[in-house]
Amino acid sequence: MSRASLYIPLGVFMLILGLGYVGFDLGARNELPSALIDKPFPEFQARLLNEPERTLSRENLLGRPTLVNVWATWCPTCLSEHEQLMQIAASTDVVIVGVNYKDRPDKAKQWLAQYGNPYDWVLDDRDGLLGIEMGVYGAPETFLLNAQGDVVYKRVGDINPRIWRDELAPRFRQLGIAMTVDNTDTGAD
Amino acid sequence: MGAAWALQFGCTPRACRRIAVLLLICLLPTGAAVAASQIDTFAFADEMQERRYRALIEEFRCPKCLNTNLAGSDAPIAQDLRKVVYRLVVTEGKRDQEVRDYLQARYGDFVLYDPPFNAQTWYIWLVPIGLGLLAVIVLLRLLRGARGEATALDAQQQARLQEIVGETRSSEASLSQSADRT
Repeated sequence: MSRASLYIPLGVFMLILGLGYVGFDLGARNELPSALIDKPFPEFQARLLNEPERTLSRENLLGRPTLVNVWATWCPTCLSEHEQLMQIAASTDVVIVGVNYKDRPDKAKQWLAQYGNPYDWVLDDRDGLLGIEMGVYGAPETFLLNAQGDVVYKRVGDINPRIWRDELAPRFRQLGIAMTVDNTDTGAD
Repeated sequence: MGAAWALQFGCTPRACRRIAVLLLICLLPTGAAVAASQIDTFAFADEMQERRYRALIEEFRCPKCLNTNLAGSDAPIAQDLRKVVYRLVVTEGKRDQEVRDYLQARYGDFVLYDPPFNAQTWYIWLVPIGLGLLAVIVLLRLLRGARGEATALDAQQQARLQEIVGETRSSEASLSQSADRT
């Protein structure tokens, strides 16, 4: 046996270590890659929370980039991301659609009245069927759609300042969404 | 006789019997847990349909819980997906493969316990084969190395070996001689 082959066990050990590092990465543990990335947002029909006689479908989301945010009043993380959504609504002209997922409409309305409403539209998905079409398995989840209605990004978990800065804002810029960032760059021109 | 078998395990008969009973009790809940899956009150047209539904919910992985199937989870999303499987199988009369495609289109490869071979999953298929090959190579090299060393003694080493073996033999002989005398 040559001297070099003495290092084989060390190499194998490092390989297993590396696989373990990737495989047991705690950060990615709860995040499924969305099956919808780069695919068209699913067809749907859903009532508006505030105007139950009006329904929205996929066609209503076409034409400009849209942020679809799945939330519920039973979801504490949704409350913690609410402030960030309010800021996005105030500082950009992206269309934000809320999907009120497996919730009670009265509670949802009260919640929006109490904490503010960042949404252009809120869809009533009390039985979670739209959620299943979207591959939602919890709340909050957030999808970014381009003007053609394709899903370009999905976030499972809260939209926090770090996610906004590192993940969403660059994609907003790419999609050409007008926004005011730190009062220095208006992105529009 | 009864005491003899018990003492083999290092305990008195009564203590042994107690331990055996405790062990049995410990085993009971695991059996029950395997048998129990979430019960939904669904109506089926025939037994065949129900069997297909059961097999399908056993087959899919709950997206929320990392290693439980749809049948075994009471997570809300698992309940909803069981309803979806029921709707597809019973109400819409879809074939098994259509149900698989439906869930995979929405929840990705993750819900399939049997992942397809593609750009994202190649390594989970190839790494075990690679490690197996590596093990065979290492084993072969070790075996060949061991045999090689045994025959690779040059004349000088052979002489040294004989010297050592000779020394050991003579010292053994003298030891047994001294043992005989006492």
